[in-house]
Amino acid sequence: MGEQWAQFVAAGLTSGAIYALVALGFSIVYNASHAINFAQGEFVMVGGMAAVSLVAAGLPLAVAVLLAVAVAGVVGLGVEKLAIEPAQRSGKADVVTLIIITIGVALFLRGVAQVLWDKRVHPLPAFSGTEPIAILGATLVPQSLWVLGGTALAVLALGWFFSRTLYGKAMRATAVNPLAAELMGISTRGVMLASFALAAMLGALGGVLTAPITFTSYDVGVMLGLKGFAAAMLGGLGSFGGAVAGGLLLGLLESLGAGLLSSAYKDAIAFVVILGVLFFMPGGLVGARRSERV
Amino acid sequence: MTLLRHARPLAHAAVLSLAVAAVPALAQEPIRIGSFLSVTGPAAFLGDPELKTLELYVERINAAGGVNGRKLQLTAYDDAGDAEKARTFAKRLIEQDKVDLIVGGSTTGATMAAVPLVEQAGVPFISLAGAVVIVEPVKKWVFKTPHTDRMACDKIFVDMKARGASKVALISGSGGFDKSMRAECLKVAPNHGVEIVADETYGAADTDMTAQLTKIRASNAQAVLNAGFGQGPAIVTRNYRQVGITLPLYQSHGVASKEYIKLSGDAANGVRLPAAALLVADLLAAGDAQKPVVTAYRDAYETRFKSDVSTFGGHAYDGLMLAVGAIKAAGSTDKAKVRDALEATKGYVGTGGMVTMSATDHMGLDLSAFRMLEVKNGTWSLVQ
Repeated sequence: MGEQWAQFVAAGLTSGAIYALVALGFSIVYNASHAINFAQGEFVMVGGMAAVSLVAAGLPLAVAVLLAVAVAGVVGLGVEKLAIEPAQRSGKADVVTLIIITIGVALFLRGVAQVLWDKRVHPLPAFSGTEPIAILGATLVPQSLWVLGGTALAVLALGWFFSRTLYGKAMRATAVNPLAAELMGISTRGVMLASFALAAMLGALGGVLTAPITFTSYDVGVMLGLKGFAAAMLGGLGSFGGAVAGGLLLGLLESLGAGLLSSAYKDAIAFVVILGVLFFMPGGLVGARRSERV
Repeated sequence: MTLLRHARPLAHAAVLSLAVAAVPALAQEPIRIGSFLSVTGPAAFLGDPELKTLELYVERINAAGGVNGRKLQLTAYDDAGDAEKARTFAKRLIEQDKVDLIVGGSTTGATMAAVPLVEQAGVPFISLAGAVVIVEPVKKWVFKTPHTDRMACDKIFVDMKARGASKVALISGSGGFDKSMRAECLKVAPNHGVEIVADETYGAADTDMTAQLTKIRASNAQAVLNAGFGQGPAIVTRNYRQVGITLPLYQSHGVASKEYIKLSGDAANGVRLPAAALLVADLLAAGDAQKPVVTAYRDAYETRFKSDVSTFGGHAYDGLMLAVGAIKAAGSTDKAKVRDALEATKGYVGTGGMVTMSATDHMGLDLSAFRMLEVKNGTWSLVQ
């Protein structure tokens, strides 16, 4: 019985790490614009599919993966420049309008993916082999370790960026008070661009890390986007620690629910979580403790 | 007044000449074959080879002179694996395109959505989907070419018993085919002396089945059957090796394609599944009745499309050939006559097996039409 729990926890943490990366992307864009970017899931798809194409074109795996993340970053920049900026410049874009625009962007990206690539399911080669590893009663594939390690590294790098570098602090300042930040010489436009690029790269990182295990196709973004959003809500929208905690917690809930209750309703767990959070604690896990200095 | 005097004979002449012109036009009227297939979407590995096959052979038949002196005209729509869209397209085929016959319905869901329409309109419909509900209970206008999921269960259970396994764990997905096959396997297991000791399910888009497989590993199963199709079985196969289960793993004929082996990688070695002879055309004995048919189809398909042949394309080939045979036998495209001719098909050797239909059997295959295959070194091998 203990062995079963170990396996469920291992699976839950692995998928939870991907949700955490997606949730981080949601939080970063939310901080910059107070809008939910529903195209976040599609960035994961772009990362995975681009990596598949680059590997098929003959590039070594490591180069393909890094290049795919960079490509997704460019796509993120493009989305901000072409879809968000014109709306904000017109002055009529409130948060709801921006959200709807991102839904449109998501549909657009999915459509382009179908035409550019295809509708089939594609695997990515595992980064370091497929021999299962036994850890504490559970068996993991090496790729799971890459997922957990890659996510941990990304979270640490983000933490360092936002707390130790000038640009990171500038982004945090814009999140707290855009007008004050603008007056201090921080370009809000630049922060928006950087936020989208960062969110896209985080999503794409998740996409390339998980594609060897879960495969990728033109529509993986739909579910991942929604579950990542559930994780972000669970942790508290806008909080980075919350995004990571929410992602891991959601992954664990899904895996334990599938293992101990019913495997048929695994997908429903994320949506029940969203409802629960909205009903009982809209601020998420971290939200209740956030306070403002006046 | 002079004009009016000539008007009536002129009108008669005009009508007569139109009638004369129309008669040869009627004789050239093409035989309209309609199709709705899942060319894109999660069932694309079914619909894509099916569409290619239909197009290829309609072209070939027309180049050889057509059927009963008439050309075949194929009207095909893509339902993208969505049963609702399939229903809409079936309606369009029947009412707007006025097809004489439908060969289509890549998935069970799409097929069952169209069944009420063809039954009401009285259009012969040859389905390319797997579940047994399509022909049981027998519906007057509905036929199918692929083996049923019940036959797959029978074939698999026979093989399991031969290897000494009588306690079996089931794991299946949430799709129409998965659910149908799971129900059939549960139903026929007692006939073979097989006891189902575990029954796990996963969602169609799930990417991790280690939880379900961990539970199966803890049970006293002696063999595992994964009733499903799509990407789910590939993930189950990989997770199976990851979780360290060494029991025999059986898949359904729904994943009888190279795509499954490619997605599963090395994990697929040792997996057994029932499939049509088409996949192992070269391994068939020289005297095998199916060998010339499957070899010819495979060569034609692979030369033209430069990709591996699949059993699903083979089902479309059988569907088209059965339709053409029935139209020839009926001598016309009268829907009732073609339907009767289809029902009277005897001894047709196709890629799926030998087909002999009857009023109570609108599929016509028996267990010998399935061969048991095993994946060895990343490719198919025949289990004797």
